[in-house]
Amino acid sequence: MEMLKGKVWKLGDDISTDLIIPGKYKFKTIDFNELAKHAMEGADPTFSSKVSKGDIIVAGKNFGCGSSREQAPVVIKHAGVSAVVAKSFARIFYRNSFNVGLPVVECPEVVDRVKAGDIVEVSLREGRIKAGDKMYSFKPVPAFLMTILQDGGLVDHYKKRGGFVWEKEPK
Amino acid sequence: MGMTLAEKIISRKIGREPSPGEIVVLPIDAAMAHDGTAPLMIKSFEEMGAKKVWDRKRAIFVLDHISPSSNEGTSALHKMMRDFAKKHGITLYDVGEGICHQILPEKGYVFPGGVVVGADSHTCTHGAFAAFSTGIGSTDMSAVFASGKLWFKVPESLKVNVTGRFKKNVMSKDAIIYAIGEVGADGATYKAVEFTGGTVKDMTMDSRMTMTNMAIEMGGKTGLVASDSTTKEFLKGRIHVPFIELSGDKEARYSDVLEVDAAELEPQLSCPHQVDNVKPVSEFEGKPVDQVFIGSCTNGRLEDLKIAARVLKGKQVKARTIAMPASREVMLDAIREGIIEELVKAGCAVGVPGCGPCVGGHHGVPSPGEVVVSTTNRNFKGRMGCADADIYLASPLTAAYSALNGKFTVPPEV
Repeated sequence: MEMLKGKVWKLGDDISTDLIIPGKYKFKTIDFNELAKHAMEGADPTFSSKVSKGDIIVAGKNFGCGSSREQAPVVIKHAGVSAVVAKSFARIFYRNSFNVGLPVVECPEVVDRVKAGDIVEVSLREGRIKAGDKMYSFKPVPAFLMTILQDGGLVDHYKKRGGFVWEKEPK
Repeated sequence: MGMTLAEKIISRKIGREPSPGEIVVLPIDAAMAHDGTAPLMIKSFEEMGAKKVWDRKRAIFVLDHISPSSNEGTSALHKMMRDFAKKHGITLYDVGEGICHQILPEKGYVFPGGVVVGADSHTCTHGAFAAFSTGIGSTDMSAVFASGKLWFKVPESLKVNVTGRFKKNVMSKDAIIYAIGEVGADGATYKAVEFTGGTVKDMTMDSRMTMTNMAIEMGGKTGLVASDSTTKEFLKGRIHVPFIELSGDKEARYSDVLEVDAAELEPQLSCPHQVDNVKPVSEFEGKPVDQVFIGSCTNGRLEDLKIAARVLKGKQVKARTIAMPASREVMLDAIREGIIEELVKAGCAVGVPGCGPCVGGHHGVPSPGEVVVSTTNRNFKGRMGCADADIYLASPLTAAYSALNGKFTVPPEV
């Protein structure tokens, strides 16, 4: 979880949840194997057939804008993506990602410096991304969100601890 | 130093002045999930091993997104929600009751100073009642259902100050579309958007809710309006806590201020496929329209339907037009006032209270290549269920005139 290495999928600005998983699918089932077939359909129809385990999405600003549907980060994770790096995220998508155990990183500097197929390494704890021979830094994830992520998302976090981390130490 | 309206609501909950960026844990006054988000919430709640809902009177389910169900899969998810509601004794508003963001205020769940969370991004609507109200995901909602609390980052606030008098062909929808164009789709990310100024003060609750509803379209965490006599009048007989007037302080610190001169505004459109792709209707005058939708949590209230009926009364629409009241209460009022009759006579397909075509699952999916004028809040590619349709967002007035003429029409200034 702390060090992630993968091949870059490059996407643009304002990738909405309607592009990530169109509403017409999410109302019919909560079977993620089924939903993951349509992951990113609106942004890149070849995504679900070509994505490989560990790939890292690198996108522009306002990633995950639009609806509150948690199916969006879930299908991305379910498709095998290990992290999303973007210039910025919409806030509900950002929260949802931690809750479902998908690491998301705001690092505007790296986005325009990498292209599809590049290999990048993301260190969540240190707040660093290595791309080629260059190193980029980002503000590390707050400790309590890191705890949720390390526990595998909010459901496993609650199961493991019998409560929520923010009830005790919301810093 | 003074507090913004968002800070003031939070301070009343934590007993001290909060600072922007700080993480706080707030008790929740109302928590809502609908048929697009509740099934996953139930799954998370049960997988967590949570035993009971923290407060069955504050937890609400609404079936509104695909309602009534159009297919077996959705029907099974609806049943899953009904079963959970029954088991835990929480209130479920079933098909035909209307859209969650209309039902919550009507049924008294929303009040000034309250903290409301909804597993729906347009939960920011309820800020029109000076409540801190924001959208969250399903698993966050399962945490709320289990514990009654949630963490929040105290937001900075963006002030949108609207002054002056609208022209007769301009509505609050035009003002919010204009503001989104100015701020951008992510310009208010993580911020509370506080709507102030004499024009907002003079607005009905229906018009205020249109503005707060779309705060999320500039990235906003919530949209807020101070509570006053108009708020009090709407909430009379609905809420079970004392009504209070809350507003942002004059000395409060805002991260930015957008001044909107209402008198200068002309009717606006959000053009495909971004809400912040804003242009005046006049640029499209005469362009053919295939479908018009008047409804949704943005513009499906009595005021909106009344305006549409006034335009269409005694005439026939030239574009396929779907109209849906936002709730059963709105529908009943519209029936009593003869609005529904006028809409039906004018050739509109009047539907069951609910989200309708807005979300692309049923009730009016456009065909590839079609042009839709809609009073809803999103025009993303694929939003209405067809990735190759063009959706333009407009006021109910612009939508009604465009329906009447079968083409984009700037409403007359009378």
